[in-house]
Amino acid sequence: MSVLIFVELDEGKLKKSSQEAIFYGAKVAEMTGTTATAIAVGQADDSELATAGRFGATKVLHASDTRLNEPNGMAYATVVAAAAQQEGSTVVVLAKSSLADAMTARLAGKLKAGLAANVIELPDLSNGFVVKSSIYTGKAFAYNELKAGIKILAIKKNTITPEETDASATVDSFSPALNDSDFVISVKSTEKATGDILLPEADLVVSAGRGMKGPENWGLVEDLAHALHAATACSKPVSDLDWRPHHEHVGQTGIKISPNLYIACGISGAIQHLAGVNSSKVIVVINKDADAPFFKSADYGIVGDVFEVLPRLTAAVKAL
Amino acid sequence: MKILVCVTSVPDTTTKITFTDNNTKLNKAGVTFITGPYDDYALARAVELKEQAGGTVTVLNVGGADAEPVIRKCLAIGADDAIRVNAEPTDAYFVAEQIAAIAKDASYELILMGRESIDYNGGQVHGIVAELLGLPSISPVMVLNIDGDTAKITREIEGGKEEIEAKLPLVLGCQEPIAEWKIPNMRGIMTARTKPLKVVEPVANEQLTAVSHYELPAPRGAVKMIPADEAEKLIQLLHTEAKVI
Repeated sequence: MSVLIFVELDEGKLKKSSQEAIFYGAKVAEMTGTTATAIAVGQADDSELATAGRFGATKVLHASDTRLNEPNGMAYATVVAAAAQQEGSTVVVLAKSSLADAMTARLAGKLKAGLAANVIELPDLSNGFVVKSSIYTGKAFAYNELKAGIKILAIKKNTITPEETDASATVDSFSPALNDSDFVISVKSTEKATGDILLPEADLVVSAGRGMKGPENWGLVEDLAHALHAATACSKPVSDLDWRPHHEHVGQTGIKISPNLYIACGISGAIQHLAGVNSSKVIVVINKDADAPFFKSADYGIVGDVFEVLPRLTAAVKAL
Repeated sequence: MKILVCVTSVPDTTTKITFTDNNTKLNKAGVTFITGPYDDYALARAVELKEQAGGTVTVLNVGGADAEPVIRKCLAIGADDAIRVNAEPTDAYFVAEQIAAIAKDASYELILMGRESIDYNGGQVHGIVAELLGLPSISPVMVLNIDGDTAKITREIEGGKEEIEAKLPLVLGCQEPIAEWKIPNMRGIMTARTKPLKVVEPVANEQLTAVSHYELPAPRGAVKMIPADEAEKLIQLLHTEAKVI
């Protein structure tokens, strides 16, 4: 009956977003009078997996079949569905990510589950099972009643702030039957920025638009991002012009982020851009045009030249 | 090649969203409905593939009669025929069941749609359709080329991308830059009027979720402006007042 949480690994370590998912799942378990079980798929040390206990999981199931070494949404969904069946779980929690997105739908199909994506709060159990989710690309919220026997919640970053204890989870090996049909897609090559902070996981984001005038000026953005340990992002025109890679594009047709801090440099703030970032906790806008619409949606603003303001901010961060 | 493209009819991206009936319905007054921007990419690529290798492109929408202008536009862009499942799209599972029911015996080699609809942004329909049909699903797809019975695909992942090969049939969620959006020309608009648009009733479905009501975000407080020549103050405020750094 336990609440089941899918734990995503990055090079054998629990992703930060998964720590949030475990804590969220443990809270739901508390509310429903049960325990939280995490399911990890792929290679990881038991000692690392046991740290799921710090965020509230009592047990971790670890599926480590070598066929699962590479992330595979279809095969991982099969494993998590099997874990849900073994545990008799009626609530499954995942943190949104490109892997989790690929799994959630397949899981919903397998379990005929009631699914809520982009969940941003703990469920309200006072009248059924109701979760609040972000819709219209952050322009509104929906309260979804999940009526199905099994409920799947895909939570957005910053839905809950995890608290840690020094508890440890037991780790059990889990070896469900795998389907050959889940291994028919072959990944020929993977290209991934290394050493940088992944944008969807980042607490702090420095983003820039056409106001930077050209890709050669991105050093200023990167300097501030490095000083803050922030990820970098960009507006759609910048990605369309190939100044920056597409995976940095935030907005309506790019990725949607909800960091603690979003600093927009030389971005005017079209409604389509706002849609991707408006659930950020704090928004800072730097633009030389005092009439830029983005200032209306900002918490802090500086009217000024990004080429002068950015180096001053970087120096100020370093002096903190 | 036989391609099915599933499209949504959604409020234009510049729409200011409001609700009526005690926050239980979208206020459609003054709202322009468009084809989902991601679906438009899927359709554009489907039409290109048809132009290269022959075949047919069928457009499928789950929606009421008010979605027909969007469907006709898809026909004007180059789809050959269209199917509308006459039902309000209540949730991802419901829509996916309708699509799977249409596709089950129709032997489409590709089932394309946007990576997500821009109303609910769930990004789940393609995966559920694939699961119900027992097919592989891949999303978000940025490049799609077909070589015989194999699809060569570039998929975006966090912080990068991967090159994938998979045998048809496949269900794919699409995004830019898979193709340039197509604008219908006059000839397309004229011929679209006579292309077949079949309306079918939905298959029975058990309701798994229901929206009780909607809410708008609380407005942000007034912006605090900092003079450019005191830019350092911003960092102090973020540290001591907002406490985010």
